[in-house]
Amino acid sequence: MPTPDGAQAAQPVLTKEPQTTTLTIKDYKSGAKPVWCPGCGDFGVLSAAYKALAQLQLAKKDVVVVSGIGCSSRTPYFLSTYGFHSVHGRSLPVATGIKLSNPDLNVLVFGGDGDLMAIGAGHFPHAAARNVNLTCIMMDNQTYGLTKAQASPTSFIGHKSKTTPYGVISKPVKPVLVALTAGATFVARGYSAKPNELAATIVAGIEHNGFSFIHVQSPCAEFLNTYDYYDEHVGDLPEDWDRHDLGKAISLAATEEKVHLGVFYEEERPIYERTAREFESQRQEFVLEDYLKRFS
Amino acid sequence: MPRDDFVIRIGGDTAIGGVISTGENFTTAAAKLGFRTFTFRTYPAEIKGGHAWFQVRISNRPVFSLGDGCDILIVFDQEAYELHKGDLNSGGVLIYDSDLVSVEHDGHVEYGVPFQNIARQELDFVRGTNVLILGVMAGLFGLPVASLEEMVKTRYKRRAELVEKNLQALRHGFEYTKKIQKQDKYWLGTADHISRLVMTGNDAISAGALHGGCRYFAGYPITPASDILETMANQLPRFGGVCLQAEDEMAALASVIGASYAGTRAMTATSGPGFSLMTELMGLASMAEIPIVIVDSQRSGPSTGMPTKLEQSDLFHALYGGHGDFPRIVLAPASVQNCFRVTVLAFGLAERYQMPVIILSDQSLSHRTETIEKVDASGFPVMERMRPNGASSEDYLRFELTPDGISPMAVPGVDPQTYVAPGLEHDEHGLPRLSAQIHEKMTQKRFGKLDAVRKHIDTEEFAPSYGDADADLGIIGWGATQGSIREAVDRAREKGYKVAAMHPRCLNPLPEQRLRDFIASCKRILVPECNYQGQFAHHLTANLGLQPIKMNKIGGLPFTPGEIFAKIEEVLAHAYA
Repeated sequence: MPTPDGAQAAQPVLTKEPQTTTLTIKDYKSGAKPVWCPGCGDFGVLSAAYKALAQLQLAKKDVVVVSGIGCSSRTPYFLSTYGFHSVHGRSLPVATGIKLSNPDLNVLVFGGDGDLMAIGAGHFPHAAARNVNLTCIMMDNQTYGLTKAQASPTSFIGHKSKTTPYGVISKPVKPVLVALTAGATFVARGYSAKPNELAATIVAGIEHNGFSFIHVQSPCAEFLNTYDYYDEHVGDLPEDWDRHDLGKAISLAATEEKVHLGVFYEEERPIYERTAREFESQRQEFVLEDYLKRFS
Repeated sequence: MPRDDFVIRIGGDTAIGGVISTGENFTTAAAKLGFRTFTFRTYPAEIKGGHAWFQVRISNRPVFSLGDGCDILIVFDQEAYELHKGDLNSGGVLIYDSDLVSVEHDGHVEYGVPFQNIARQELDFVRGTNVLILGVMAGLFGLPVASLEEMVKTRYKRRAELVEKNLQALRHGFEYTKKIQKQDKYWLGTADHISRLVMTGNDAISAGALHGGCRYFAGYPITPASDILETMANQLPRFGGVCLQAEDEMAALASVIGASYAGTRAMTATSGPGFSLMTELMGLASMAEIPIVIVDSQRSGPSTGMPTKLEQSDLFHALYGGHGDFPRIVLAPASVQNCFRVTVLAFGLAERYQMPVIILSDQSLSHRTETIEKVDASGFPVMERMRPNGASSEDYLRFELTPDGISPMAVPGVDPQTYVAPGLEHDEHGLPRLSAQIHEKMTQKRFGKLDAVRKHIDTEEFAPSYGDADADLGIIGWGATQGSIREAVDRAREKGYKVAAMHPRCLNPLPEQRLRDFIASCKRILVPECNYQGQFAHHLTANLGLQPIKMNKIGGLPFTPGEIFAKIEEVLAHAYA
């Protein structure tokens, strides 16, 4: 759009790059080596993300990977797409601004249990309620890995850590339940040790029109190794699961004893950034003289 | 000889209603007839009830400040009388409700009218008291009743039954003045009938943002900045933009950063408490070199402070707030007119230099109205974001070390050269590098841009001055105090004092050469500002080694020209002794 000083703001024109070649998993790797500890669940999530992007053949310039702070929030550096490594807790508002600026971008948000359910918890319900069309992937290791082993909002009651030497007192936050009650229109869970299934869930999340939330159990091999626990406790949703029944989904998420994997809930609802731009067709150029008439 | 430059102040409890609207209606009608107006208003922080007052200076000549004291005081109740009687100038006029207010009869012209009683008994419309007063004001001071009838019709156009009752109250008040023996000298007469613009500072900032290409705005409601959020929510969709009412100020600024990263000129507006919350994100924008504009309409602090009262006490925060070393540009518009220009320039500076630009307004400037001859939209330089045009994706360096520190910024969805915007210290690619050498180099790069800005803003536009070339006293002010300083300087020079003033619009970086030349041309320097610590004086000491005479006012009210003039006389009394 022309600005008064003659500058042209960037025109987000969404012509897809003519792709003569098929993009492979390798094409989505930045070449930067992940900084995670050996055995970290986040490797599984990253490889699932590569797979999902390759399956969807998304042009690299049209993908933005946004994060906050934490081990999992390093993810953008390992992808060859656009990325934004922002401030602790603020990934969802940054991503919201990106989507509202250019609704045609594919925006993925990666963050941990601390980033999204503690310091950034104030933003989560609003992003979900607005139904911004982005995919939020929460890598939940139930501990603070980057700062080395303090308790997190999803730590179990009784969990002993350096900051909870006598055991965690508060009830763990249930991310799937939070997302469902806040109004997320796609809510799913995956497990980092099952990257193929997770890749399929991420594909479904990206293809979903609206705010998609994927809760991933992603164990911390260094400070809270829960692989055995999750290997034992994960299980698929019932075969006849109706993913359009919000009441049932909420009830299950609140009471489940198993750690269910798969899509809990899905619905179609107007997308914030499209509704906010519904006047686009009647868009006028800003003419200062006309605008100022209201003050005379 | 009648006086046609005078100050009217109206005070009363907002529970009765109409204190502010009576003043606004009178002001708008006068402005439509061609008079220059300059208002000041202060609301109670309470939602309903509490004392409010409105002041307007009306003149047949250009006015720059709210004036000194008041010439005409209209009080709705006893509390208003007690609060304001001391500000009534000698020879002034007191208008009061004779049933509700007992006055001291201390030499002013007095018009006691049983307003409420008339409204109740004669009009059976007690809610029309304020419109009745409006009619009395028109009759006493020479505003044609027809001009106010238009205001009433517009105001109640959706409630036909109220139009007639209010018109009746207005005319009744006007007719009533024929029974009053006029004893004062205030009379508006006729103006040039040129209709000028009447805008608040917040109106001018919003207009400047729209003109400056802002197409994304996010904000969280806060006094005295909410009007900007409301205006942008209303206007942006018409021009292809989006406005987001965010869940808090952190979300507001974070989303502004996201929108700008994605290629849209973006802004937020807040006041002190919200600005505090935004501080961490301001550092991110500076680190990741993302253009953003933040408006801080300052109010009295700290903490919740006095939300509806002005102060210039966020300067330290704007200049130095935040962890780590990071550059930012700080601008301060000096009048409603100037709010427009400074906001347009803020967008250009943000885009070119890829860093946060903070605009420091304050409650008095954001909420007051001024009559503006014409919005000056000429001579804006072309300033746009540097883009990676043509660079191959492999060779692209988002944070390339260049002579002026400005590096090409790719836009997602448009440019094929992808990168990660980093909050971590990074190399030229944007990848995390936490070595001492890289941190030093990149910090120098970011601050290097500030040297480029310094050259850019060391101009008349960003640091205008006027007055005597070899002044005995030079005044350096900033922000909304400009008008009062200007009128005080004019008054002093008329009296034969040699005085000059400079009023920089860019506070970081400082227009150093112009400031040094100005300081060198004056024997001594006075820095008046509305804060306790002398924050700008301190900034001048830190940057220029200047030891100015400080003049500080707090308490939520702006400087009057008289206060500054008195200080000039006090300082120069010694010099001329």
